[in-house]
Amino acid sequence: MSLTQAVWAIIRRDLLLAFRRRAEMANPLLFFVMVVTLFPLAVGAQANLLQAMAPGVIWVSALLAALLSLDGLFRSDFEDGSLEQLLLSPHPLSVLILGKIFSHWLVTGLPLLLVAPLLALFLGLPEKAMPTLWLTLILATPMLSLIGAIGVALTVGLRRGGMILSLLVLPLYIPVLIFASSAVDRATSGLPVTAQINILMAMLLLALVLTPLPTAAALKMSVN
Amino acid sequence: MEEAIQSGLEITDLSCSRDDRTLFSGLSFTVHPGQVLLLEGSNGSGKTTVLRTLCGFREADAGEIRWAGQSIKESSFFADMAYVGHADGIKKELTVLENLRFGLALSRPGHYSIEQALKKVQLAGYDDNLVQTLSAGQKRRLSLARLLIIHSILWILDEPFTSLDKQGIELIETLIDAHVNQGGMVILTSHHDLSLPYTRLQRIHLNSCH
Repeated sequence: MSLTQAVWAIIRRDLLLAFRRRAEMANPLLFFVMVVTLFPLAVGAQANLLQAMAPGVIWVSALLAALLSLDGLFRSDFEDGSLEQLLLSPHPLSVLILGKIFSHWLVTGLPLLLVAPLLALFLGLPEKAMPTLWLTLILATPMLSLIGAIGVALTVGLRRGGMILSLLVLPLYIPVLIFASSAVDRATSGLPVTAQINILMAMLLLALVLTPLPTAAALKMSVN
Repeated sequence: MEEAIQSGLEITDLSCSRDDRTLFSGLSFTVHPGQVLLLEGSNGSGKTTVLRTLCGFREADAGEIRWAGQSIKESSFFADMAYVGHADGIKKELTVLENLRFGLALSRPGHYSIEQALKKVQLAGYDDNLVQTLSAGQKRRLSLARLLIIHSILWILDEPFTSLDKQGIELIETLIDAHVNQGGMVILTSHHDLSLPYTRLQRIHLNSCH
């Protein structure tokens, strides 16, 4: 069958799997909501402080939630041999992987996108910063899945890869964190954010082109 | 493809080592269309390693693998082969039908339709059962059903008879026999002796290859 059909089949299968394991899949989202709601409890009812911290809190929590969800990207495929079958497919592995990453984003990134505005309101983020928060989440959450995929592909063969995965991936997430939270921060004070958004967009395009190949290579090494 | 059917798989001087221990060296064999190759050897003699090297999962230290006269990376080898390993590549949260459809989507369609294949491995009527409700033997038969629905000339099977009962083993032998009769090739490892005619069966004992 054609490559597009194969990629669609992968997306459909992964979404179906996520639906059948929904309890497991809800974990990162719950984590995100919990971390953000804990902040006001710990900091106390200081509206100004919370408002000032809101972009950072939301972005750090989103990042950690993404990190928490990463391991599931290839783990079960690696364990039950589906990954071997993916490698043997006559289609290019990097494109098939892009399908897997896309469905991973649909399951883990998209829910963050939907809850984040609510949590932002809860922290008192001014309304004028909402569109920017959304835009940064739309641009940056796919990047978290794409960059994370390299790390997971490298560590999936290790028995306890969790620690190494965080060490590998977090430094790569930092540029995303800096530009995304600074964009939201500037929007809060009514400053222009085009530069940050443009850089995030460029980073997303680069990640789309550059991450599937090393991920495919790393998966081949891990299966060995 | 016609060419592939004429010349088959050719292995010359393959050697592999793991952690400074030579698993096998100087391994050479040829598999022609209509032949079955049975790899024998004690545990840890490198049977699975040979198969995984053939699949390209690991690099050989030395030697050459050629398919239809070309090195496997340049030929249509990966489009012409199918592999069933220890891990059978089946998702337990999906139904039988969903698993097979996904297998088909990754490859090209073969001789049989999904219904025919399920009938052949005696899983007809299990279409909508989740795989986690099947027994180990049924899962094995399902993973072998995938071989029937996708286009494949060469089957590479790692211990295909594990967790199968007597009828199951006979069933798989019939499938292997039918595949080989259609000009296919099979390479397998097994502790179980195959009841195939000697003309078709090649045996390689790995312990003697050092």
